[in-house]
Amino acid sequence: MSASTLTETKSLTGSFTAEAFAAHLAGLPPLPPWWLDRKRAAFERFASLPMPSATDETWRFSNRSTLTLDGFQLPPTSASAASLHAPIGIKKSAKLVFVNGRLATRETLAADLAQRGVIVDTLQNALHQHGDRVREHLLAQPARLGSAKFAALHEAFLTDGAFISVPKGVEVELPIGVFSYAAGAGAAVFPHTLVVAGDNSKVTVVEYFGSSVDADAHFAVGANDLYASHGAHLTYIGKQDWSLRTLSFQLNSTIVRRDARVQSLNLHLGARQARHESLSQLQAPGAFSEMLALTVAHDAQEFDQRTLQIHEAPNTKSDLLYKNALRDRAKTIFSGLIVVDPDAQKTDAYQSNRNLMLSDDCEASSLPGLEIQANDVRCTHGATTSRIDPEQEFYLQSRGIAKEAADELLTFGFFEDVLNRLASDELHAALRTLIQSKFKK
Amino acid sequence: MSQLEITNLHVAIGEKEIVKDLSLTIRSGEVHAIMGPNGTGKSTLSKAIAGHPDYTITSGDVRLDGKSILDQEADERARAGLFLAFQYPSEIPGVSIANFLRAAQQARMAEGEELDASAYYKRLYSKMDLLKIDRKFTSRSVNDGFSGGEKKRCEILQMAMLEPKFALMDETDSGLDIDALRIVADGVNTMRSPNLGVLMITHYQRLLDYIVPDHVHVMWDGQIVKTGDKSLALELEAKGYDWVKKELAAATG
Repeated sequence: MSASTLTETKSLTGSFTAEAFAAHLAGLPPLPPWWLDRKRAAFERFASLPMPSATDETWRFSNRSTLTLDGFQLPPTSASAASLHAPIGIKKSAKLVFVNGRLATRETLAADLAQRGVIVDTLQNALHQHGDRVREHLLAQPARLGSAKFAALHEAFLTDGAFISVPKGVEVELPIGVFSYAAGAGAAVFPHTLVVAGDNSKVTVVEYFGSSVDADAHFAVGANDLYASHGAHLTYIGKQDWSLRTLSFQLNSTIVRRDARVQSLNLHLGARQARHESLSQLQAPGAFSEMLALTVAHDAQEFDQRTLQIHEAPNTKSDLLYKNALRDRAKTIFSGLIVVDPDAQKTDAYQSNRNLMLSDDCEASSLPGLEIQANDVRCTHGATTSRIDPEQEFYLQSRGIAKEAADELLTFGFFEDVLNRLASDELHAALRTLIQSKFKK
Repeated sequence: MSQLEITNLHVAIGEKEIVKDLSLTIRSGEVHAIMGPNGTGKSTLSKAIAGHPDYTITSGDVRLDGKSILDQEADERARAGLFLAFQYPSEIPGVSIANFLRAAQQARMAEGEELDASAYYKRLYSKMDLLKIDRKFTSRSVNDGFSGGEKKRCEILQMAMLEPKFALMDETDSGLDIDALRIVADGVNTMRSPNLGVLMITHYQRLLDYIVPDHVHVMWDGQIVKTGDKSLALELEAKGYDWVKKELAAATG
C-alpha cells in the first residue's frame, strides 16, 4: 500500500477505523442479528463514501474545509454526569440522560402511564424487548440531503439512545425529556431518539444536546426518527446547545400518517459548525407537518440547514418556517425543497426562511426550491433577509439600551411568531430562557 | 438641580454645517421652546444632542451637570438622563411595549441585578393610568401599525417610565389632530416637575397653547436669533417668520 493511499484512507475515516468499529461492537451487549448486519453495512458505507466535495450541490455554500473527522475519537466508556449543565427545569413525565452515548440517569414514567403501555426506554433495551417496532422505524429512511456518509457513521457507531412509544389513544400530558451530553476532549457522540406515536395518541418530546461544562471540542452526529400514526399529535422540541467548538450533525426524519400532525421546533445555539437535515414525509391524506427552527448565530458560527418536504398523498399539508438571527461574522445556509408527487393533489405546502442580520459582517444564504408534479396544489415559498435599520438601532439606543441588549430584544421580536406557535407556555418560557443564555455568553 | 449646557455648538451632516455656534442652557424645571421654519436645524440639534451617529459635532460642547457627554454613545447619554421624543418613532415589530420598556429599565440597573417584574408592572400601570392610556396598549408591538397619535403617546409613556432629567421633544405636535395634541400635551404637563427640564422643538405655535413654555427661542439658519418669554410665540404667530427674517436682515445690514 502506498503512502498516498494511506493518507487517503485516513482522511475518509479519521479515527473511526475498522479496528475502532470492531472494538465498538465488542463493547456492546449482544445485538439482534438484523441490527448487527445493518451496523456492519453502515460501516462499509461510511468508510467508502467520500467526504462532501466542492461540486456537491447539497453542500453548496457550506464551508467544507472545516469538515473533518480528525481530532475526534470514540470517548472512553466511563463518564460521569457530575460536570453537566443543569438542564432547564420543566416538569416532565419521564427523562433519560445520556453521557457519551450511555445512559447516565433516568426518571421513570408514572405507573399509570406505564400501565397503559407507554414506553420510555433505552434503544439497547428496546432492541430486545420491542425489536419489531425498532426495526420498522430505526433509521428507516435513507439520508437524502447530503450527509449519507455521516448518517452511516451514526448508524455504525450508535451505542444507545431513547425509544419512546405511545400506544393507540393514549395522551401523555407532560413532555418526555431526552438529554444527550458529550464529555471529554474530542469525544464523538451519536445520540438517537426514536418516537413512535400510535393512532390518535398525543405526546411531546423535548430533546437537549449539550457539552460538559469544560466546553471541549466535540463531534456529534445525532439522528431522530419521528413516526406519527393515524390521527396522532406529536410535538418535538430539539435544543442544540453543544459547546462552541463542536462540529455537529443532526439528521431528522419525520413520517406523518393519515390525519396525524407533527410539530417540530429545532433551536440552534451551539457548535462552531452545525448541519441540520430535516425530512418530512406526508404519507396519507390529512397529514400535517409543521417544521419550525430558530437559530442564534454569533461569532464565526456556521449553521447549515437542509430540508425536504415530500407530499406523497393528496390533501396533505406542510408548513416550514426557519428563522435565523445572525451576529458578528456568523453564517447561515438554508436550502429547502418541497416535492409534490403526481397524485398528491390539493397539497398545501409552505416554506419560508427569514434572516435577521444584526451585523454588517454576517452572511445568510437561502436556496428555496419546489418540485411539483401535481396540478391542483397550493405551494408557497420565500426567503427574506433584513438588516437592522440604523434608525431602529438609534431608537433603541436612545432609550438606554446598548447594542448587545438591543440585539437580544430584536431577536426575540423576530422569533416571537415562531415561539407563539407552541401550545405550552412552559415550553415557550424554557426556550426563551435558553435563548437568553446565549446572549450572556 | 440639573443643568444641560449647550455651548458654541456646531453640527454637520456629512460636509454640510447645519447648526452654527448655538448656545443654550436649560435647568431642571424649565420648559424651553425652540421655534423656527423648516430646515433651520431644529431637529438636527436634538438628534445631535441625543447622539445620532449621522450627526457630527464639529466643535462646541454639550454638558450634563458639568460633564461633557460628547464622548458617550447614545445609550450612555440616555442612561445619564437624556430622552429624545422622536418626530418619527421607529417601528419594532414583535417587541411589545412592555418588553421594550422592561429592557430599557433593565439597562439602567447594575450588572447582575434583575428587574423586579411585579414592581415594574405596578409602576407601568400607574404611569398608564396617570396618562389615561389603556392597559391593552402594552401588549402591542412598539409603534407597529400605530396611528400618529398612538406613536406620540407611546413616546410620552416611555418618557414617563424612564424619568429623564432632560427631555428633547422633536416636533411632538406634527401629524396630530387637535384631540391627539391635547392628550399628548396633557401628558407632558402631568410630567412637568422641578426635576425635569424640557426642550420642545416645534414649527407651530399651537402646541404652546397647551404646553406653556418658560422661554421661547427662535432658530434661524442654525442659530438662535431671538429669545423671549411665551409672548414671543404669540408675536411670531401674528407676524410670521418673515418678521424675524426682516429684523435679521436689518440688524446685519
